[in-house]
Amino acid sequence: MNLLDLFRKKPSAPVARERLQVLLAHERGAHGQSELLAKLQEEILQVIAKHIKVSKEQVHIKVDRADEIATLEIDVEMPDLSPLAPSRPPLASARS
Amino acid sequence: MAKVLVVTSGKGGVGKTTSTAALGAALAQSGENVVVVDFDVGLRNLDLIMGAERRVVYDLINVVQGDAKLNQALIRDKRVETLSLLPASQTRDKDALSEEGVERVIADLREKFDWVICDSPAGIEKGALLAMRHADVAVVVTNPEVSSVRDSDRIIGMLDSKTVKAEKGERIEKHLLLTRYDPARAARSEMLKTDDVLEILSIPLLGIIPESEEVLRASNIGAPVTLNSPASTAARAYFDAARRLKGEKVEIVVPLQRTGIIGKLFGRRVA
Repeated sequence: MNLLDLFRKKPSAPVARERLQVLLAHERGAHGQSELLAKLQEEILQVIAKHIKVSKEQVHIKVDRADEIATLEIDVEMPDLSPLAPSRPPLASARS
Repeated sequence: MAKVLVVTSGKGGVGKTTSTAALGAALAQSGENVVVVDFDVGLRNLDLIMGAERRVVYDLINVVQGDAKLNQALIRDKRVETLSLLPASQTRDKDALSEEGVERVIADLREKFDWVICDSPAGIEKGALLAMRHADVAVVVTNPEVSSVRDSDRIIGMLDSKTVKAEKGERIEKHLLLTRYDPARAARSEMLKTDDVLEILSIPLLGIIPESEEVLRASNIGAPVTLNSPASTAARAYFDAARRLKGEKVEIVVPLQRTGIIGKLFGRRVA
């Protein structure tokens, strides 16, 4: 460090620029992802609701991003299915 | 055909209300029929910046809820005949704004005016969303400062997903208005340059408003800076931005203080 450096402030704008570029690259992905997840949850719920009675809280969706692969995890809490199971004729009567 | 324009930013204090008033007055002075609408329910300030705070009788909420007719709430500017103000309510909160009510009021304003300029509240909540909802054009007001740029990025994302135009699959026209810019500090790398902000946000530039003492002087008096000191650097930049909004091609420069021949010699080009 020479004497002149004491009087010369280090320019800060390039630091601001770089911090913003790194941050926004990350945040743009995150916001896009949370909207995608919300949409997925809604549509998956609609499909499941056609056949099984589930509430929004019983469907969980998560994305995990590792270096190589990303996984989409869909977790549905199933209610007791017996009352809604379609009634089919017993096998014996079908044969007769 | 009327254009609905939202002046928005995410971050507070960057110059949305100042810019709404200045652009509105600039457009009105060029003969356009303009209304400026304050969407900051509960924290209205556009009336104060426009110098009409003592003339408010009815407001946006009264019109949205059907308690007053639009014509009763509109305040005609005393200086420019073609400029009107629709104030926000000071006593109610944002929940008093209904989506259908806002849609109806905007549709009525489109019938009466060439330009409907909506001054958005700060934040990304309901008030800001309703202000941008029906916009054809967005002016994103940004300071050359990290927190403002980050919040503008977020708002641009919302403009692209939460507006009626976006939901119909159309593109909403977005422009960057860089305010409180100090060309000397930017030249010394103490402040983000115009190109830095443009590269990060990647939306077209509408104008660069230099930091100016005249902005505070105008707000003290209660007049848009384009009315109060039209020759000031900030006002000249707003006039240029207003012409660009009308589709004119105007070269982007940072107006410098006219201090005689030196100022003219050094009127630098940027961007």
